[in-house]
Amino acid sequence: MINDKNSQKIVDIIQNFARKHSLFVLAYGTGCGAIEIPPTMTSRYDAERFGIRGAATPRQADVLLITGYLTTKTVKRVIRVYEQMQDPKYVIGFGSCTINGGMYWDSYNTIKVLDRYLPVDIYINGCMPRPEAVIEGFIKLQKKIMEGRAEGAKHYKENLEWYRANQKKVLGPTTPHIQEYNW
Amino acid sequence: MDFLIKTLGAIATIIVAFIVGMLYMGINRKITARVQNRVGPPVWQNYIDALKLVSKKTSVHHGVMQHLAPAFLMISSMGTLLFIPILRGQSWFPNLSYHGDLIFILYFMVLGSLGMALGAGQTGNPNAAIGITRGLSQMVGFEIPWVMALVAMMIQYHTTSISDLMAIQQQHGWLMFQNPLAFLAAILAMLGMFRYSPFDIVGAPAELASGPISEFGGKYLGLMMSSGSIFAFTKLTLYVDLFMGGASNIVVLLIETFTLYLIPMLYGLVSPRYRTEQAIRYFWGWPTVLGLAALVYSVVI
Repeated sequence: MINDKNSQKIVDIIQNFARKHSLFVLAYGTGCGAIEIPPTMTSRYDAERFGIRGAATPRQADVLLITGYLTTKTVKRVIRVYEQMQDPKYVIGFGSCTINGGMYWDSYNTIKVLDRYLPVDIYINGCMPRPEAVIEGFIKLQKKIMEGRAEGAKHYKENLEWYRANQKKVLGPTTPHIQEYNW
Repeated sequence: MDFLIKTLGAIATIIVAFIVGMLYMGINRKITARVQNRVGPPVWQNYIDALKLVSKKTSVHHGVMQHLAPAFLMISSMGTLLFIPILRGQSWFPNLSYHGDLIFILYFMVLGSLGMALGAGQTGNPNAAIGITRGLSQMVGFEIPWVMALVAMMIQYHTTSISDLMAIQQQHGWLMFQNPLAFLAAILAMLGMFRYSPFDIVGAPAELASGPISEFGGKYLGLMMSSGSIFAFTKLTLYVDLFMGGASNIVVLLIETFTLYLIPMLYGLVSPRYRTEQAIRYFWGWPTVLGLAALVYSVVI
């Protein structure tokens, strides 16, 4: 009865509804796009009316919001933060820099395509995207969650070797190698 | 049969406390948003948050105490709830009250915080350690006026039972007016008990990364959130029982508890956060003076 396919479907719908309407966001704000996050969260654009609110630590967060470029130094921290988060978890790439490098496309110490290192569920393009665009990106993510298509974390687990190889190319011997962060 | 009815009543009490507590937290978020000129989340947002947190996968292991900490919180809040009479003179919502339960509750209410301190200490997160230190210091601060207010009432009416105090208030009027100094001391202690701003030094998200709960996510966070809302309802009901004579039906109870809940909420909305020593100095200032005055008043009268 419990493992029945139809009852599992109902459970999925309820769980996806809850996940969709309650997104705890961990903003990894080292890029310049971080300046667009305060107006998104506060009185003017008020993302909290969609159930989006900030989380203080990776353990409590659902969404990792990467605002802008990542240097090879910070990408190590981002990977560590991402692997500390609990399933189900989503990544939003914010701004042109996470898509193709943006204005840093020929820089010697930034990564260009974020999707090669972490599974990105939604991109928000623009340099920089305005709060309206950010909220629209969140709503796209909500739609994706409701349809059950936001499975970046699953993809990351299945293709871990490919992601690790890519990470090793930029990080060298300092690549994180611990599978589970229980320290 | 009697045992069965009491068990069912206890379960019903806990469910009602959970629903009402969560609703109050949701209303709190809505009012906060309106004060900040925002639309704010719907009032049922906290139920959705709890459902999502419970349906998250959780695979973090730091040690045994880390797994037990949310259970300690839940035991403390549910246990305290069962020792408090919810409604006056009704066979519904039975409780485990006995002579001397006021003293028992004084000790039992802090059990959850101490268990949480052990659990958060085991996670090894420095933010958690700082949060615990702040929380226990703050507890030392507000427990003093709170205990003084309760002892003043125990002396005044020669009883340590909540049910007796409620019965006395039926004859003499609300204790709020019989011993106003004790009421004021207890209300000022309540500001610290609820840990809203300006006393949110324990879980300050901006400076401590949410303090003791920083390593707890998913199901554990959901459990803590539920136990927090049950505990909020428990404390409010205790205040209604002690100072407003208890409620005769659930509507009156909701009105009275919500009125009391507005005090820490609205005070928090207009106050920035204190530092730790400022918070303790606040509680050892006027609240303690009022508590001492209430003790003197209760002895003299």
